[in-house]
Amino acid sequence: MAKPIGKANPMMVFNTTPDATQRKKYCRFKKNGIKYIDYKDANFLMKFVNDQGKILPRRLTGTSLKYQRKVSEAIKRARHIAVLPFGGDLLK
Amino acid sequence: MATKTKSTKQESVVLKDYESVIIFTPVLSDEQLKEAVAKYRNLITEAGGELVHEENWGLTKLAYPIQKKSTGFYHIYEFKSATSFVSSLELAFRRDERIMRFLTTSLDKDALIYNQRKRNGEFNQNKNKQQEAAKK
Repeated sequence: MAKPIGKANPMMVFNTTPDATQRKKYCRFKKNGIKYIDYKDANFLMKFVNDQGKILPRRLTGTSLKYQRKVSEAIKRARHIAVLPFGGDLLK
Repeated sequence: MATKTKSTKQESVVLKDYESVIIFTPVLSDEQLKEAVAKYRNLITEAGGELVHEENWGLTKLAYPIQKKSTGFYHIYEFKSATSFVSSLELAFRRDERIMRFLTTSLDKDALIYNQRKRNGEFNQNKNKQQEAAKK
C-alpha cells in the first residue's frame, strides 16, 4: 500500500502515521547475506525484541518468514541460557 | 586389543557437529572451574569426539537470576561426536551440581561457517583496520 515518497500524493495529507513516510521494509538477512543467527550475540538479538523483551513481529522488522523463524529460535535459545531476559520492563 | 577394536568401531560412526553452552555457578574457585571444564573436555574426547573449539566468557552477568544467582561462568564447547553421545553428555550435565544451565545445539553448515569466521575475527574488521591504522 505504501506509495513512493517524494511525489505529491493527496492521500498523504490525511495519512499522518509514521509508516507512510518510511521507506519500504526489507529483510536485512536477505540483503546482507546473513545465513546464521548467533543465539549468543545479545546485542544483535536486541534489535528483534521490544523494550519488554517480546519478539517483534515481521510486520515491524520486515524480516522474511524464513529468517523470522530463525530469529525467534535464536531468541528463545538466548533466553534459555540467560543471554536475553524472558520479560521485564525498561530493557532498553 | 580391546581399545583397538573400539577405536575402529568409532571411526565408522558418523560424527556430527554440536555446540554446548554451559553456565557454571559463580561460587566456584578458579581451580574448581578449571577442573570442571577439563572434566567435560576429557569426556568428549574419550567418547571418540573431537573438540573443535572452546570459549570461556568468564564471570558474566545473567539476564535473570538462576538458582538465586545473578552471575555465572559461561563456557562453550564446539565439538564433533556421535549422535548417541549427546544424551550421555547431557545426563552428565544434569547430574553435576556445579552446572546451573546448559544448552546443546547441533550446528548446520551455515553455523559452522559462521563460527569459523568468528574465530578468524572477520566480524571485527572495522576494529582490526583501526588497530592496523594505529600501528602505522
